[in-house]
Amino acid sequence: MSDVFERVKNIIVERLGVEDEKVTMEATFKDDLGADSLDVVELVMELEDEFGLQFSDEDSEKIVTVGDAVKYIESKL
Amino acid sequence: MTISLQGKTFVVMGIANKRSIAWGIARSLNRAGARLILTYNRDRMQKNVQALAETLERDDTIILQCDVSKDESIERCFQEIKEKVGTIHGLAHSIAYANKEDLEGEFVDTSREGFLLAHNISSYSLTAVARAAKELMAEGGSIVTLTYLGGERVVKNYNLMGVAKASLEASVRYLANDLGKDDIRVNSISAGPIRTLSAKGVRDFNSVLNEIEERSPLRRTTTAEEVGDTALFLLSDLSRGITGENIHVDSGFHIVSI
Repeated sequence: MSDVFERVKNIIVERLGVEDEKVTMEATFKDDLGADSLDVVELVMELEDEFGLQFSDEDSEKIVTVGDAVKYIESKL
Repeated sequence: MTISLQGKTFVVMGIANKRSIAWGIARSLNRAGARLILTYNRDRMQKNVQALAETLERDDTIILQCDVSKDESIERCFQEIKEKVGTIHGLAHSIAYANKEDLEGEFVDTSREGFLLAHNISSYSLTAVARAAKELMAEGGSIVTLTYLGGERVVKNYNLMGVAKASLEASVRYLANDLGKDDIRVNSISAGPIRTLSAKGVRDFNSVLNEIEERSPLRRTTTAEEVGDTALFLLSDLSRGITGENIHVDSGFHIVSI
């Protein structure tokens, strides 16, 4: 697993209070991890800080799974 | 120069997380020695506020729920404040809400329901809270609310929230006039864009920040700390001659044109 995935996972576990094992590349933020729309905005902000990136609104809206976020970040680094 | 608020109590409303402007205000007041009462809206915010409050290194901070859309909730909250501390010396109101769809596209498409919701939470709440707080300000007091340039001029995508902020700014003037006889001052801070949870609800917010960095006189974006320190000034006796005022804490962006 990539370093980006580990860092994303740590942020998700801390923000959403979910168990480590639940955070997989395939897990969806809303259904599998129980994040509501505010959680998603908070997560995006944490990820922006962690990786020093800006997520555009259009791109954020396309992120459904943890894998989507990881791939998006990797493409920007 | 240091401002001391030792022995005084202030209510800070609207902390959602560590990025909240209200949290910047709370930290500035805490540094000046004030006792704080922090209110949050929804249950989900309680954990955040509690964790933040612990970093203030005081054991007398009070945390209460206050849903400003409900009169009963405001009444219950201020009744509890009255029982626990008796007198308060000031209040910071940093609360706003609009549906996400009303913060993009065109203002002309705003629904009646969306319009009323935004004005209820973002504007009327100040009046409702000021009325409740006034009863506890036996020694006079100071009320500060947060607004934005979009209340004075057209800012892209700010739309309905700009109209609600105009209503809020007018409320500040009328409240200042009503409460002045009780030695209670009411002012607003027009803060430059800050990367908060609420701000991220505004379409294309990141590009707004980039614009401020390039074009504001100070060539930097506004921080919650800067707003917090101006709130500290407005809530302290140093500003005792000021009421009904709107101070721009925005790196000077409001003076800039093309």
